[in-house]
Amino acid sequence: MIFLRLILLNLWRHRIRSAISIAGVTFSVAAMLTVVTVLQGAIGMFSGLLSSGAEMIVFERNVSDLFFSEVPAASASAIAAWPMVAHADPVLFGVVSSADHPIITCFGVTREDARIRKATWLAGNASTFGQHENEVVLGERAADFLNATTGMQVPIGHEMFHVIGIVKTANGFEDGGVFMPLHAAQTFFHKEGSSVITIKLHEKNQTAEFKAEVKRTFPNLIALEDAEFSRTYSQFKILKATAWAVGGCGLALGGLGVANTMIMSVFARIREIAILRVNGFSNTQIAFTILGESALISVSGALLGMIVGIVAMYALKLIPALHGYVDVTIHPMLICVVVLLAFVTGLTGALYPAAYAMRIRAVEALRFE
Amino acid sequence: MKTPSQSPTQERVAIRTSDVWKSYDRGAIPVLNGVDFEMRAGETVALCGASGCGKSTLLHLVGGLDEPDRGQVWVHGEELTQRRDVVRFLRHEVGFIFQFHNLIADLTVEENCLLPATAAGTNRTQATERLHRLAERTGLTHRLRHRIQTLSGGERQRTALCRALMNSPKLLLADEPTGSLDERTSGAVFELLLELVKWEGATLLMATHDRGLARACNRVVEMHNGRIHESS
Repeated sequence: MIFLRLILLNLWRHRIRSAISIAGVTFSVAAMLTVVTVLQGAIGMFSGLLSSGAEMIVFERNVSDLFFSEVPAASASAIAAWPMVAHADPVLFGVVSSADHPIITCFGVTREDARIRKATWLAGNASTFGQHENEVVLGERAADFLNATTGMQVPIGHEMFHVIGIVKTANGFEDGGVFMPLHAAQTFFHKEGSSVITIKLHEKNQTAEFKAEVKRTFPNLIALEDAEFSRTYSQFKILKATAWAVGGCGLALGGLGVANTMIMSVFARIREIAILRVNGFSNTQIAFTILGESALISVSGALLGMIVGIVAMYALKLIPALHGYVDVTIHPMLICVVVLLAFVTGLTGALYPAAYAMRIRAVEALRFE
Repeated sequence: MKTPSQSPTQERVAIRTSDVWKSYDRGAIPVLNGVDFEMRAGETVALCGASGCGKSTLLHLVGGLDEPDRGQVWVHGEELTQRRDVVRFLRHEVGFIFQFHNLIADLTVEENCLLPATAAGTNRTQATERLHRLAERTGLTHRLRHRIQTLSGGERQRTALCRALMNSPKLLLADEPTGSLDERTSGAVFELLLELVKWEGATLLMATHDRGLARACNRVVEMHNGRIHESS
């Protein structure tokens, strides 16, 4: 009890310094949580966009970016005909620009694609999609930033397209994109096949068999399950690493703040530490008061950071331009990892101050009254 | 390390120093120059001498807070420099009282007094019972929940006395315990100190300038230039 009292007492005595230190950890944790969650959400969305309504994805082996992948149309047709395959939807990805919008994602899809079938149609309907090559369907956000409604002509790249529908999806990338009939997209992007084929099998336990068959029949293609794809796709790995690195840097800065606070704290109470030593406190007990103080700062900061981070994410979600890009789902594991990292960073920051406190000799500290 | 061939008389020796030397600043400031000193268990001894003569340094060496450059210090038959458990020695065998109390100002009287018990891991109930007995004897019962800042000088020193005796040490080291108090309070605190030492059956080694108080001890030892000069 007295240990806790000593820890709280010291935090209270220097409450402004403690508050600044807690704020440092709070913002570090909030930044880490926001960056990691937003990027993981983006990865999840991109991953969901690839595998919409499917459980496997087939693409060109050894490509660094799916935009460069090309699956021949003949391969797609052959795979669609395999008995184990329930659906095989070729999708062609492309990026175009219009006058005020340098990047618009285009999806070349067939009418049977889950994106078209399962979307909420705000205007138009699925039955009209794919009848004419110069007709497109816009995602809700794309319609918004292009100021387009059904019946209008919109410039996409160097061509004009007729808008026949507006759809709302749960995916930010799709909501900000343009859906073209697959043949139109192939003509537009000068490609003969598609970027990927999304596959739905009759039986989920046939995935291994399907992968082996793809490898045997089409050695230049690779089939991956969704989770496997998310794990191994190099772009995702880079994004995840970046998110953790940025968040980690933020946390390290918070840790330095804690270290600074704890050093100041030890210097300010050399005499008090000497008193504890004279009264029989061991090195471990003295270190415990320093590390306990740091742990309390870190954990308080982490908990506050969590709240600030969640509020920040909800605030971001409310921004129309970011609609669909921010996924506020925070995984419990992420919370555990962030709190643990904050705790470990705080303790690490307190190691030197604790070691310094353990070296304080009572006789020297008390000699000068 | 036990002192060699202890006789029954030597068994009752509380403190013995043999040719103890101590200097500061790498020998530039010599403080103790071969101190030979002995006191028996239960004895009260006043160390007198001018400022800087080495009284406090001798107390620190006897209390295990510092080590001599040369020579040996035995407390209750064990040589301190050979002890690996100095923390245990500080917790259970010695209590300190300082001129300026050395209490933690933001803690209450009770919390300050319980520090040694907390360090030693004493059962909370036992520690509180002990504290209440000591508080009763020192007249601090009504002040236990008060913070140190609200106490008078005399009350602070009585708190320091309670704290020093908390773990029932057999040796009490007091460095100018009344040095910061007025004459009247100083007399009362010193009287209480002697009373408690007797009640606890402890040994008291006290550094003081106050020769009036020193005379109330069993023995007065004079220090001069880092040496024990006379003993009366």
